[in-house]
Amino acid sequence: MTGFDIIINNLPVLTVVIPLIAGFLTTITGWIDRRLCWYWVMLTMFIVVLITSSNLLTVINSGTIYYHLGGWKPPFGIEYVIDLLNGFVCIIIAFIGLMVAIYSKESVKKELPGKTIPFYSIFLLLITGLMGMTITGDIFNFYVFLEISSLTAYALIAMGDRGDGLVASFNYLIMGTVAASFILLGIGYLYAVTGTLNMADMQNILPDIYGSKVVLAALAFFMAGFSIKIGLFPLHAWLPDAYTHAPSTASALIAGLMTKVGVYAMIRFMFSVFTPAFVIDITRMTEILTWAAALAIIMGSVFAIAQSDIKRMLAYSSISQIGYILLGVGLVNVIGMQGGLLHILNHAFMKCALFLVAGAIFYRTGIRNIHQFQGLGKKMPVTTIVFLIAALSMIGVPGTVGFTSKWYLALGSIEAGQWIFVLVILVSSLLNIVYFWRIFDNIWFGNPHEKEHIKRDEAPLTMLVPMVILAFLCIFFGFFAYYPLHYILEPLSNTLLGIMP
Amino acid sequence: MVTETIELITPVLAVLVSLVASVLILASGKYPNIREGWTFLAAFTKFGLVMSMLPLILDGKIITYTIVEMLPNLPIAFKVDAFGMLFAIVASFLWIIVSSYSIGYMRTLKEHAQTRYYFCFAIALSSALGIAFSANLVTLFLFYELLTISTYPLVAHIETPEAISAGRKYLAYLMIAGVFLLFATLVVYHYTGTTEFAFGGIAGLELLPKTMLTILFAAFMIGCAKAAFMPLHAWLPAAMIAPTPVSALLHAVAVVKAGVFTAVRIILYVFGVDLMQASNLWLYMAYFVSITIILASVYAMRQNNLKRRLAYSTVSQLSYVVLGALLITPHGITGGMLHIPYHAFMKITLFMCAGALIVTANKENISEMNGIARQMPITMLAFTVGALGMIGMPPVGGYITKWFLLLGAAELDNMILIAVLLVSAVLNAAYFFPVIYVAFFKKPDHELEYKEAPLTMLVPIVITALISILIGVWPDAPGMFLDIVNIAVANVTGGV
Amino acid sequence: MTGIMDIVYAEYNYWIYVALMMIGFYAMIAKKNLVKKVIGANIFQSAIFLFYISLSDITGGTAPIIVHGEHAAEVIYTNPVPHVLILTAIVVAVSTTAVALALIIRIYDEYGSLDEDVILAARRNLQPEFSEYARQKEVDS
Repeated sequence: MTGFDIIINNLPVLTVVIPLIAGFLTTITGWIDRRLCWYWVMLTMFIVVLITSSNLLTVINSGTIYYHLGGWKPPFGIEYVIDLLNGFVCIIIAFIGLMVAIYSKESVKKELPGKTIPFYSIFLLLITGLMGMTITGDIFNFYVFLEISSLTAYALIAMGDRGDGLVASFNYLIMGTVAASFILLGIGYLYAVTGTLNMADMQNILPDIYGSKVVLAALAFFMAGFSIKIGLFPLHAWLPDAYTHAPSTASALIAGLMTKVGVYAMIRFMFSVFTPAFVIDITRMTEILTWAAALAIIMGSVFAIAQSDIKRMLAYSSISQIGYILLGVGLVNVIGMQGGLLHILNHAFMKCALFLVAGAIFYRTGIRNIHQFQGLGKKMPVTTIVFLIAALSMIGVPGTVGFTSKWYLALGSIEAGQWIFVLVILVSSLLNIVYFWRIFDNIWFGNPHEKEHIKRDEAPLTMLVPMVILAFLCIFFGFFAYYPLHYILEPLSNTLLGIMP
Repeated sequence: MVTETIELITPVLAVLVSLVASVLILASGKYPNIREGWTFLAAFTKFGLVMSMLPLILDGKIITYTIVEMLPNLPIAFKVDAFGMLFAIVASFLWIIVSSYSIGYMRTLKEHAQTRYYFCFAIALSSALGIAFSANLVTLFLFYELLTISTYPLVAHIETPEAISAGRKYLAYLMIAGVFLLFATLVVYHYTGTTEFAFGGIAGLELLPKTMLTILFAAFMIGCAKAAFMPLHAWLPAAMIAPTPVSALLHAVAVVKAGVFTAVRIILYVFGVDLMQASNLWLYMAYFVSITIILASVYAMRQNNLKRRLAYSTVSQLSYVVLGALLITPHGITGGMLHIPYHAFMKITLFMCAGALIVTANKENISEMNGIARQMPITMLAFTVGALGMIGMPPVGGYITKWFLLLGAAELDNMILIAVLLVSAVLNAAYFFPVIYVAFFKKPDHELEYKEAPLTMLVPIVITALISILIGVWPDAPGMFLDIVNIAVANVTGGV
Repeated sequence: MTGIMDIVYAEYNYWIYVALMMIGFYAMIAKKNLVKKVIGANIFQSAIFLFYISLSDITGGTAPIIVHGEHAAEVIYTNPVPHVLILTAIVVAVSTTAVALALIIRIYDEYGSLDEDVILAARRNLQPEFSEYARQKEVDS
């Protein structure tokens, strides 16, 4: 076996191992020369993107990949399973990670002077944690990666605004620990009744004991734990502070990815650890979820309107957008499911772009209060146009990604006979208009005479490039959503819901 | 009736021309002459592209082009038929006229942010053409929203708090309408599996329960708030705060016509003549728009600001178009469709005259216009031509559409609708004649010297006034609007 | 007849873990002092560890080291897997505590207090939505 073959055969595990090792090696590269860190992270993320793409292509072409860690056969050894669902989420993590990595160069230099090395090291460890959570087929291994990603996220947030960042991080830590403990407890319950830790194995054993109270309790613990992790209203209290006070780069990364992976885990547990029959018919968990999601959609948007700090506003908007994803999943029909899953991708693009824009504006002007945005349209034209595109996408204007997922969600709601959710989706797009449009007004309109003197002062190129790429993707996938839907999400939704196409 | 379909990329190009131009306008913002050069170039190219498709349409053919399959079974596609052609010709031709007028207006008043103005104007025109050529509801919705967004900066152009609040009103109405349109589109797609316009209406809708059908129709009509039906009209007078060329082209032609165009598309190409008749929806809606026709005229009489008076007149006239489509007799539909270009030419003349008064005499209110005709005789003559057309006096175009509408109403033996049309003609006279009287016969407060608007503004005014007369005296000229409308009517009524 | 005490007695290990968990949870939510919150978190996690360990135990079981010889077939082993899992979980818990304590030290440096209310009041006075730069700008103008 040549070296190349070894790499090819071990690609699944490399998605986790490469950022892990690279994360520790960052310290060494930083010790040689601090400026090397950025190139090192870029290189790592680029390789990870390549690997995840290759994994996803393999899955699309030849089906699910099973990888046995250390050659131990499941259910005894730890198994990594890549199917369409986590192949899809992995590539989002890798891609958004790369975009944020490109962006981070100038932002970190300015916002976190002297903390470059730990920042990049933690950055890669966060990616490791998220990748691990996504890729693993072992339920306890999942918990470990969950804690890796949480701990690194606490650290990243603590690097943010002086004082506020620390408190936000501490609150997140307490909430996160509660959530993780719940999940650990749920895992314990399931282990007690099934005697296995392998997800697939568990799914085979569980249907016989669905009557057991222990299984019910386990589901309840999982749902409570994940709801805290993804900031599902009304368990969102930690989220706005954490997103607001984290460094710009970290906000983009955490907002773009953390909650998405949490949602992924929720879907994975509901449909691949338990079975659709259990969550849909026996416990009706999905129905509860849709109502919680609808509440989150509306309340998140309403709170967003009340904010004057742009990052806090975006954080509340995230709470509402997470509701979209869960609504789609909870509708449990193929169309709604596709909409929800598509929104994972779409929201990652949009929200990441918006947070990057907020960071770029902060970088140049030090302003986060939207009432002080006057004249920015002239000062930072490219940045503000990116903001316009991403925000229109959030509103769900056709021709952007936001429209495609909204279309599917609304159609799925009609299909499920839940007209009220159609109303919720449509009302929330109006609320989105309200909170984004006042920013547009501030950026481009008002005080025309004052604006005469404003000079152009655009963000640095390394910050612009990822923003523009994301904005472009917001439009690109608005017109070409056919491809992810047809090749990934449609077969995936059928599999998840146990429907034979 | 079998129509031949051909695939051609021309409609895509026609839509794209002004989008490309908008980028060039943005890029050459520092050189006003080059920037306006792009606008003209794009306007002429656009008109040329639209006209190049006309012979095919007159041949009874249909041009289609699918751009991309956005979602499975949900393409972004263009389909040029006679009705779309009608709107496209009007919009693209008047863009040339208004471009010239804009330059005169904006430069004379030394307006700020002119680059943004031309940029948004170009995008708005692309959207208008996109609406005209849309093959299905989703494509239409895409351009409908784009039109709303791209015209917002034009409404809020002067950036005073007042303008911004008017802009927000504009946005609120049209975005909420957009949501209703989206909802209705979703419902249609859910029940029929398609959103593509068809001559006889989308198949499968007739299977819907009656209540659902009524809700659907109501949602669609609220979605057409761009057509300014009466409870949803408030955005239009508010939008008059925009520079006059915007009011002229967008709020007399492109945006509002996009609204009525959509309404007619939905009535005739989504629901279809048969379903409208079977469900009796046409009658309720016809009464509903009748209220708008009358009430808006009454409102118009009470306005002192000339642009606002014209705006209310627009509100009233737009409902004529929808009423025509609702009459679902060939004559009625002819009258309604024909009113799109006819009203466009007459109303744009009126608006451009109002703009000329602002630029040259700095007068917006009718009460200040005593004897203004002595200062601006050509402008006021053109205004008179437009006003006579609105009232429905030959030889200006307006009488023809009214004639067709009356014929349609008479065929249905519906005395109420006939009465509405007649009363409205009287009301039109009641709010236009005072303006003419004030301008020509009242003694001016002080001596006025002859001073017309700059030529870039005057020439467009004269051209549109002349065309308004031309389409009145020779309506059946080959290839003119009546020909196109006849084909469109034959399409929707199955060639009867 | 089994009284309530019998149930409690029969599965006392689970009752203890439930009680510990609630105590920990209460401390995390209700205590104002940040250190006490962390202690609460530790109690909470320890309760879960106890639960795992008591899961693996079997009455009469012995350590899972394979016994050879004539009685080999009769030996009952306790389940080793939960022990291994909990070793990992303890590591995780310790790291979480470490991060939390590190944060607490920094928070104390910043605000001079560990009381949540005091910190909250201090943050309010600082007007969190205005950054240093923006405040400076206001002063300038």
